[in-house]
Amino acid sequence: MKRPEPVQVVKQRRDAALHALVDHVPYIKYLGLTFDRRGDELTGVLPFDEKLIGNPMLPALHGGVTAAFLEVTAIITLSWSYLWEDIESGSLDFDPGGDVRLPRLPKTVDFSVDYLRSGLPRDAYARARINRAGRRYASVHVEGWQDNRDKLFAQATGHFVMPQRR
Amino acid sequence: MSDLLTRARQFIEALPHSRDLGMTVSSIEDGVAVITMPFDPRLVGDPETGVISGGAVSALMDTCCGAAVMSHPDNGGGTATLDLRIDYMRGATPGQAITTRAECYHVTRSVAFVRATAWDDDTDNPVASATGAFTVEGKR
Repeated sequence: MKRPEPVQVVKQRRDAALHALVDHVPYIKYLGLTFDRRGDELTGVLPFDEKLIGNPMLPALHGGVTAAFLEVTAIITLSWSYLWEDIESGSLDFDPGGDVRLPRLPKTVDFSVDYLRSGLPRDAYARARINRAGRRYASVHVEGWQDNRDKLFAQATGHFVMPQRR
Repeated sequence: MSDLLTRARQFIEALPHSRDLGMTVSSIEDGVAVITMPFDPRLVGDPETGVISGGAVSALMDTCCGAAVMSHPDNGGGTATLDLRIDYMRGATPGQAITTRAECYHVTRSVAFVRATAWDDDTDNPVASATGAFTVEGKR
């Protein structure tokens, strides 16, 4: 039987892949959005920042920020799940020095956001569930919450066109 | 533009996130708002093509729809988004500003219905369109 890989090798490979996917997107950096990884599960983390405020009187997160946060979480989760097998098999090599050509990101066709309560001026979290991922199209549902996982402040559903394999 | 509408314009341009994205209100009256967001390399969502992220377009759409609701004569004050759906027809051309026109086409005692379209320099081919429902506030 094949010996399992050392845990550090596995973690390093997965984290390098996640960084390669996320780090070169300017808009993700602009929002300050990061991704927390547990195995193959990703959680989008949006740390609070003054520039993300919409209504300063409440104050509340801008509705557009909420939409953007959920949409980016959906795209990265979708791309991540699409790359997962190649990351695990090692056929995509994400060594920091390596110049890996990543597949293009999925393209949003439509995105529908349901605003359940106002976004508070504090950190927000989001997790996406891929309801269907075909060769050409995918349908993704995303949930966003702040203090309590059970009290969503927004949820969304979107459709995406998948990139073609290079 | 009346004093009220000038104030509404100033209010929208002062929202921290809208200000950070450089949004400018070119008109806001009777339930119709037109807002422009300049191209900004920080907002690029696809580094290979330089196309602006759909998320930034959402922020513009949401701001413009909210502005249209605020300027509708049947809405007494502020508003909040209940639901917003955006259709992305094509990527915006890198380097070009995006302009959105939103129209609040129906208002009840509690809900305002809005639709919006966004363009870059090619005004014959919309970049995105949106439909939304917003809260109506300050009315008895």
